Amino acid sequence: MNAPAYNFAYLDEQTKRMIRRAILKAITIPGYQVPFASREMPMPYGWGTGGVQVTAAILGPADVLKVIDQGSDDTTNAISIRKFFAKTAGVATTTATDAATVIQTRHRIPETALHENQVLVYQVPIPEPLRFLEPRETETRRMHALAEYGLMHVKLYEDIARFGHIATAYAYPVKVNARYVMDPSPTPKFDNPKMDNCPALQLFGAGREKRIYAIPPYTKVVSLDFEDHPFEPYRFNAPCALCGAENSYLDEIVTDDKGSRMFVCSDTDYCEGRQTAGHHGSLSAAPYKEKAGSHG
Amino acid sequence: MTTIAELPPGFADKVLSAQSTFRSVMDAMARPGSVQRIVPGAGTPETMMRGTAAIALTLFDHDTPLWLDSRMAESSGVVKWLKFHTGAPVVQNSSVASFALISDGGALPPLERFAFGTSEYPDRSTTLILQVERLDAGRSFELRGPGIDGAATLQAAIEPFDLFERLHVNEALFPRGIDVVLVADDAVVAIPRTTRVMSKGS
Repeated sequence: MNAPAYNFAYLDEQTKRMIRRAILKAITIPGYQVPFASREMPMPYGWGTGGVQVTAAILGPADVLKVIDQGSDDTTNAISIRKFFAKTAGVATTTATDAATVIQTRHRIPETALHENQVLVYQVPIPEPLRFLEPRETETRRMHALAEYGLMHVKLYEDIARFGHIATAYAYPVKVNARYVMDPSPTPKFDNPKMDNCPALQLFGAGREKRIYAIPPYTKVVSLDFEDHPFEPYRFNAPCALCGAENSYLDEIVTDDKGSRMFVCSDTDYCEGRQTAGHHGSLSAAPYKEKAGSHG
Repeated sequence: MTTIAELPPGFADKVLSAQSTFRSVMDAMARPGSVQRIVPGAGTPETMMRGTAAIALTLFDHDTPLWLDSRMAESSGVVKWLKFHTGAPVVQNSSVASFALISDGGALPPLERFAFGTSEYPDRSTTLILQVERLDAGRSFELRGPGIDGAATLQAAIEPFDLFERLHVNEALFPRGIDVVLVADDAVVAIPRTTRVMSKGS
């Protein structure tokens, strides 16, 4: 019973060709959402079916795959997708950002700067940045065709009128190559500046919504804002409790029912790397250390 | 009459060869002007270069109408090979083609004859696959645009000589436009519609 049950990287070749053609058109029209015939995947919508299809279409035996979920290599979603491709494609996997050639991500961009030989694949739930402002696909498609993005600026303006600042904290809209307004997927706006002029190719897959889009390397990506209310990345005002990092994106973890909490890097690989290099935070002896004995 | 048995073969390993060919084309498209290599793994019918054949086997199928220039269309070997290995329909009307294969650049029809896509669906455009003489020597061009860190230099001997002047329509039409893949044997360079090309002389 050694016959392989699946094709290499799970998808059949006809599906891969269709996705590959969509990826090529996505690269040629930065930020434009290319419709594709999304397949059912052996996981529920919302678990990265779009990202998985993009990864399956580009992955080769020489690739080294890293999968993160909210910055973490160790969550259920990340582990199961990593195992999925280790099983169906036999590719090497890693948690080290530097060592990966393909990184599939849900809701974060790694802290470590990406390089030219990498492809970052985003899992996208709702690819249309205008969808909550205009529910009709025919209308949003026309708005993109005419580059009519006034409605988005009105939305951001209403944020300012109501809260005094732009209150959008994630999925913060960007303009790609001075043309298409694009949803960066629900990444925190802290990550938006990393998309600009990035040396790595960025691909976005939305399985349920059947869209693929892309940002080529070295492409201008600007977060929408106003002259008097410029874009500002948000970060909790604290160092990481484990590695002491002052410039990474932090998760807030509630530690008891009396209001105690700690802030730790959301990017686990970055945090572990810093701890291995000797950086320590105020809570370096946290429960985290018990299972990660290799980090001493 | 050519029988099936006499056709040049397709990929020996169709899964992994298609994957590696696609990655070369994807890298070429993502980094315009960079010369990517295709590992040849298939036979080639007459008038078709190794790179073109690999791209055909990687991207063409029943969903992609093809337009062939007269030199390719007149070669029954090419038509039969494409039909047998890809199943892609060959169309006479270039404005509905997903891909156009050009072996004789000098006879490239006006670009308006191909599909530019629509404003709503700019992806529904023709990708030109143009066989050229060389992609490692020849006239010098400076490329700018997404995918390029500053400026890239391409040295190429291509026909038609005014290809990049003709591609200036991409600037006015964007997001509609024509994407071009240049092939010289196993070397591939892509010029997506976002790339601006300036001649630097020879």
